[in-house]
Amino acid sequence: MELFDYVVLGASHAGLEALRAIRAHDADGSIAVLDREARLPVSPTVLPYVVSGKCAADRVALRERSWFDTQRVDYRQQAAAAALDTANSRLRLADGREISYGKLLLATGAAPALPPIEGLSDVSFHVLRTLDDALALRDVASKAGRSAGRAVVLGAGLVGMHAAENLVRAGAGVTIVEMRGQVLPGYFDPLAAARIEAVFRDKGVEVLTGRRVKQVAPRDEGCTVLLDDGEARDADLLLAAAGVRPEVSYLAGSGVAVERGIVVDEFMRTVADNVWAAGDVVQTRSFFADGTPAGGILPDAVEQGRTAGMSMAGDPGVRPYPGGVSLNTYGFFGRRALSVGRDAPEQAGSEWDVLVRGGEGADGYLKLVLREGRLQGIFGVDVLFDPGIMWELILRRVEIGARRDALLENPQDTARALMSGLWR
Amino acid sequence: MSATPTISFDPARCDGCGDCMSACVSAKSTVEYIAQSRIRIVRDDEAGCWGVAQCRQCGDPRCASVCPAAALAKGDDGIVAWDAERCVNCLLCTAGCIYGGIAFSPAEGHVVKCDQCAGAPQCVSACTRGALRYVNAAKLYNRWGELEDLFVPGLGGCQGCNTELIMRHTLRRVGPNTVLATPPGCIPGMGSVGYNGMLGCKVPVFHPLLTNTASMLTGIRRQYRRKGRKVTALALAGDGGAGDVGFQSLSGAAERGEQILFVCVDNEGYMNTGAQRSGSTTYGAWTATTPVGDTGRGKTQDAKNLPLLMMWHGCEYVATASTAFMEDFYAKLEAALDASERGFAYLHLYSPCTSGWRFPSASNIEVARKAVETNFALLWEYRRDRGLRLSRDIDDPAPVTEYLELLGKFRHLDAAQTAHIQRHVAAQAQVLRDLAGMHQDDGLSHCCSSIVPQAVRHETGG
Repeated sequence: MELFDYVVLGASHAGLEALRAIRAHDADGSIAVLDREARLPVSPTVLPYVVSGKCAADRVALRERSWFDTQRVDYRQQAAAAALDTANSRLRLADGREISYGKLLLATGAAPALPPIEGLSDVSFHVLRTLDDALALRDVASKAGRSAGRAVVLGAGLVGMHAAENLVRAGAGVTIVEMRGQVLPGYFDPLAAARIEAVFRDKGVEVLTGRRVKQVAPRDEGCTVLLDDGEARDADLLLAAAGVRPEVSYLAGSGVAVERGIVVDEFMRTVADNVWAAGDVVQTRSFFADGTPAGGILPDAVEQGRTAGMSMAGDPGVRPYPGGVSLNTYGFFGRRALSVGRDAPEQAGSEWDVLVRGGEGADGYLKLVLREGRLQGIFGVDVLFDPGIMWELILRRVEIGARRDALLENPQDTARALMSGLWR
Repeated sequence: MSATPTISFDPARCDGCGDCMSACVSAKSTVEYIAQSRIRIVRDDEAGCWGVAQCRQCGDPRCASVCPAAALAKGDDGIVAWDAERCVNCLLCTAGCIYGGIAFSPAEGHVVKCDQCAGAPQCVSACTRGALRYVNAAKLYNRWGELEDLFVPGLGGCQGCNTELIMRHTLRRVGPNTVLATPPGCIPGMGSVGYNGMLGCKVPVFHPLLTNTASMLTGIRRQYRRKGRKVTALALAGDGGAGDVGFQSLSGAAERGEQILFVCVDNEGYMNTGAQRSGSTTYGAWTATTPVGDTGRGKTQDAKNLPLLMMWHGCEYVATASTAFMEDFYAKLEAALDASERGFAYLHLYSPCTSGWRFPSASNIEVARKAVETNFALLWEYRRDRGLRLSRDIDDPAPVTEYLELLGKFRHLDAAQTAHIQRHVAAQAQVLRDLAGMHQDDGLSHCCSSIVPQAVRHETGG
């Protein structure tokens, strides 16, 4: 049976960053990367741009094969895990072969979560997680656009919103259905979301928030979508973008604990010996140690991958993963929205401080959230700042009370001046 | 991966004039648009100083790690390059960078970042305050890295000692056609002469007495010359083997103009044998033989200035250097090697001793840097045909207390002792300033060694 010092399952951002971290400390250990896909690794985040045609499908690979060769990594495609035997440090693949590992990283990411909608399995619908999904969606989107067809998007997260924009640009009539009360829930506060939503409405998109789909039924080549209030929409194209679920099917009986994702400690170790996990497959603890949603964020996946890789290789420089901070950069119709951190809770006490500029009609919108003089969150639409610096200010719990007004006025330069003094 | 150049920023020198940003805008603008500056100088009113946001060309660029489109990558030239064809404008790179080094430019419609203007950064050229510097030392390290390391892989030095750095880098440059002399001290202790009958380096090495290093090298060098072979005679000696016990042979060889490259690694005492004082130990310092107790308060005499003494010999070349300033050290090593073909070359290296001076082993380079920045150790260069020149500006030193407080050997200093050291440091700097000033404008540069005695007479009032 084959044996590798390190086996990395998955070759997206977390897996690739772990690989880099392992090689940075251990130049000689043998490494295998097992990718279930049949293509070079592609980031799910780039897929909307493949759908829109901005990216050619052959120009989106995160790494070329030669990179793996240079790193002396055995990179294998179409190698999906079927079962894990942690007691014997052994992995069984879908094709029946077995591989032994010294240390194992689970970075298998997530798969689209299908909403529990009656009739969904009886109709043709799309998801967007792999390059194949993107290519399929690209073709039908341009067809729907050409024929001025109707598209219904289930879910107003980043994937749904990006897809809706692409579809409307292609010429389709688009309806977005979101069960929560705003678009981009969990990413932006309600005011920022309202501004974004208004732009979509201006472009002719029908945005239905606070609504659920009750049932879908086949109709000609498309389907009919029945909403909870009795209204219905015909759809030539149906896209399910209702979030993701961790890809953990192969972990049954392995002893690796799974809750909302794989349970890990601050060094991304699972409860099983010699098994780590990182990226969208794990249950990410929030940095704020509260109920703030965490995980599913690309930069977080990279941090987790690095932490896991350093921990696996025994790099003494490894530091505990601080916990996830929500962080998004979102471009829509040539505009830009940025969000870092958390909003104030509804029943915020006096230790919370919320500053807003740019209400209705103003050029840009910016909201600062502070707790005990420390930045908790910053949300902007058409106001530029450096999300990376804001992220670091939050992680370092930097006292910024004295600069709060300057930060609201000019977040970019104020935060840069702070950065330059603190960690230059 | 090799080391690469970087742009450094000194907030103490920046007055916010903005010339760097204007230069960047001109360099990056095209007929279609006015570019956004890739360097941003920002005012922190709370702290009362200027700061900078610019790409650091990280060795491990997080902007690239978080890019979903593989549009950012660090190249072999060290530049984190942005690929317009691949970029999808998602701005995730701006979330990955904690330095504000890559940012969206509304005028250009995409993210922009510094590319160091293909090796000639315009912001640095435009900075007249010296706040921005293009640090190219990495190229030197790369070149040194390609030279053969002539010492065994493991040397038995104390943790954090910079002498291994000095030994390896010196011998790499001087090369294999060398006879090396290492008198008793830390350097043979670290393994230059080897263990158990095995040699510690890949060139012939011998272990003279503490007293006769320069004499033995004289004989060896002369014998090779008589045989018609061109061999570098190199000494790596401590300050005791050079300036105290070994001084008469060193002085004699220098005065005779022997073709020797003599490197003194000055750790200000006999550190290899348990930290006894030497003539190079500075005033007030604790050593095993200048103890601190009921009566003793450390050394009661100032150190003799060994490199200046060597200059008075009218050597071909004399210089002081520090491992905190490697570019300067490399340049001086080149010059010294070249001069040793013609006559006596003496290189004096300040070498903080982690164990004998009592400071954390991780701080060696920082201690060396602080010694220079406070004028405690002065960097200069003397060439017979050009006289003495200062290697860096010494007019605005950091307070010497910033250096003293780093070191356990000075922990006991009282106010009077500190004041003594401050006076001594200032006086030494003034001597150097005067010596450097003598040769700039008086047309004496073609006079040879006669300058030096004149300088002495001048200084002492004739």
